[in-house]
Amino acid sequence: MSDPVLELDRLSLSFGGLRALSELDLGVGEREIVSLIGPNGAGKSTVFNVITGVYEPSSGDVRFAGRSIAGLAPHRVARLGIGRTFQSLRLFLNMSVIENVMAATYGNTKAMPWESVLRLPRARREEREVRALAEDVLSFFGQRLAGYRWEQPAYSLSYANRRRLEIARALATSPRLLLLDEPAAGMNPAETHEVTELISRLRDERGVSILVIEHDMHVVDSCSNRVVALDHGVKIAEGGFDRVAAHPAVVEAYLGKDPGALSDGG
Amino acid sequence: MSLDSPPPAGPRVGSDEWVARQAHRREYLPSWLGSLERASERAGWWPKLAAAAAAAAVLPLFGLGQFQLQVGIDALVIALLAVGLNIVVGWAGLLDLGYVAFFGCGAYGYALVSSGQIGANGIHLPSYLSIPLVMAAVAGLGLLVGWPSRRLIGDYLAIITLFFGEAFVEFTNNVAPSVLGGPNGIVGVDAIRLFGYTFTTNKSYYYLLVIVLVVTMGVLRLLDTSRTGRAWRAVREDPLAAASMTIPVNRVKLMAFAFGAAVAALAGTLFAAQQISVFPTDFDTPILILVYAGLILGGAGSIAGACTGALVVMVVYDGLLRSPTESGYLFYGLILLTLLAKLRPWRRLALVLAATVALGYAIHAIAAAVSDSAVAGGPHSAGLIAGALRDWVVVPASATVAGNWGFVALVCLLVALVQVSSQWRTILLPPTLYLASFVWETRLAAEPAITRQLMIGAILIVMMNARPQGLFGSRRVEALT
Repeated sequence: MSDPVLELDRLSLSFGGLRALSELDLGVGEREIVSLIGPNGAGKSTVFNVITGVYEPSSGDVRFAGRSIAGLAPHRVARLGIGRTFQSLRLFLNMSVIENVMAATYGNTKAMPWESVLRLPRARREEREVRALAEDVLSFFGQRLAGYRWEQPAYSLSYANRRRLEIARALATSPRLLLLDEPAAGMNPAETHEVTELISRLRDERGVSILVIEHDMHVVDSCSNRVVALDHGVKIAEGGFDRVAAHPAVVEAYLGKDPGALSDGG
Repeated sequence: MSLDSPPPAGPRVGSDEWVARQAHRREYLPSWLGSLERASERAGWWPKLAAAAAAAAVLPLFGLGQFQLQVGIDALVIALLAVGLNIVVGWAGLLDLGYVAFFGCGAYGYALVSSGQIGANGIHLPSYLSIPLVMAAVAGLGLLVGWPSRRLIGDYLAIITLFFGEAFVEFTNNVAPSVLGGPNGIVGVDAIRLFGYTFTTNKSYYYLLVIVLVVTMGVLRLLDTSRTGRAWRAVREDPLAAASMTIPVNRVKLMAFAFGAAVAALAGTLFAAQQISVFPTDFDTPILILVYAGLILGGAGSIAGACTGALVVMVVYDGLLRSPTESGYLFYGLILLTLLAKLRPWRRLALVLAATVALGYAIHAIAAAVSDSAVAGGPHSAGLIAGALRDWVVVPASATVAGNWGFVALVCLLVALVQVSSQWRTILLPPTLYLASFVWETRLAAEPAITRQLMIGAILIVMMNARPQGLFGSRRVEALT
């Protein structure tokens, strides 16, 4: 693996006496898709929150493109090129679909309020570019977020479309690394299939590296280059899907000790 | 793998649930309302602003008296405040209860640099200097107040800012009386002088305020549709998501505070110049409540809504509700409108109205038969209403005591009314209506100062039930997490 885009170095996080993450090492290479799996409460979303600056690590380091970003404020992390989606959707529900996407370009534009009010050249140019970027990332989803939906409020979208809009919004921050938190949660089999293809397309057509949390093993299997399994904030396995899925520690984390007894009984 | 079924064909372009629902909603409006809404949507924002400005400009040509002009000026000042408050509350979603203090700071700031208050000869800055100066200073003060409270949300921010608002009144009342004048305020404030024209008459201030309000609304509209406006609304919707989308949440909040404060200061300078004086009581909580009432009535988040709401509230509060006759029309009109809108089917409505009328005449007849003094006092309303109600509503000679008891009974009946089943409600409605009229004629119409506050409250309650998002607000949904 050449220079990793993202590198977690012996990352630990404690809330009082609770150790949420301990000594976690993890890397995501250029144009690599890494899946983060583990049972509920394993600390997967916490990893995302530490990377994006919502929590400050107790010890260890987060490096993005060779630079330490541990302790930076969330909006700075986002500006450096890390986009994210949320497990429990956090769209700007009362704004229009296209405004949701356009709002995410705030940190990458510079026009001051008076320039916007007077519609000075820089403000006008940025507004054109932002609009074009928004239309571009929304078109990435084809018919799903088609043009006639752009001016509708985000709350009018279906659940699956809200998940797509979250990804579109994250794309509008022009990320090098995309953190997707359960992009297929709550989707039906056909939509799940679509998400799988989408994740691969994001890498191939947009050139982003992806760290994805996912519970659906079909998705994990078919799109990830590498899989990392967490349990109780500790990395318990890493490697290709087949190896990790068969790893005794992973099986134990999901099913408990001696799964053989279970299958014998059933 | 079973998951390899092809993805479903995409939805048909141009039709989905939301579009269908909007169309459905329109169909259920009365046809003239529906076509009015469509026409208003087609017209766009700027032509509507121009039309409203033109309407405001020709209004004084119909021969407004000094009283009406003063009501108009007060309404425009409050509208300017509501439009500014909309930045903080409607867009950035920060519950700022100290907003009127910025208004006061603007007024006092202008008064200090445009009167004989400071020094032997006083300071008399020209208006083109003093107004921007005061706006910038108060915007800086907004940053200063926002700085420690930028991490606070919801209730905590509300308490801190409320404290700031109260502190301002105490401060101006008690600190440095030789400069701020204490309760006596500052008098002899210079008139505004711009482009060689001195604004002295009420009519000139009316036009100045219309221009300032329209320009402010235009500027804010341009801001709303820019990256700044989007950032404000994103922060209101979800601060964590906004931060993850490159938006510096704290800085954006501070900006909202500063812009809101600057607009309030602008309103303050015009207010001080028009009044020729400033007093601490001009910037107390009642003004805050009026501004909020306007903003909520019009629909927080909408510039047009904030402006219209404030104008409606102020014209009703200051203009109509001062005279018993006009407030009487408003009172009975509101009751009738509510009944017409809410009582279905028509048979039930007719039944309730007929029962109310019959009940009134019966009670009046019985009361007159029992004792002459029971109907000795006439209804307090004058004109048409008095004529219509003379033999219907009972007004005893000692109206005050009876009215007080009636008021208590009315409150009890109203509480009962919202608790009981629909059948009982039909039965209880006629006595409630009669009692309401009784309380109005004996007590409320006699004391407009208190009644108009009750009426504004009642109008807000009715409005919030009929249209929770306000006149021009769009429906809001909350995230369910």
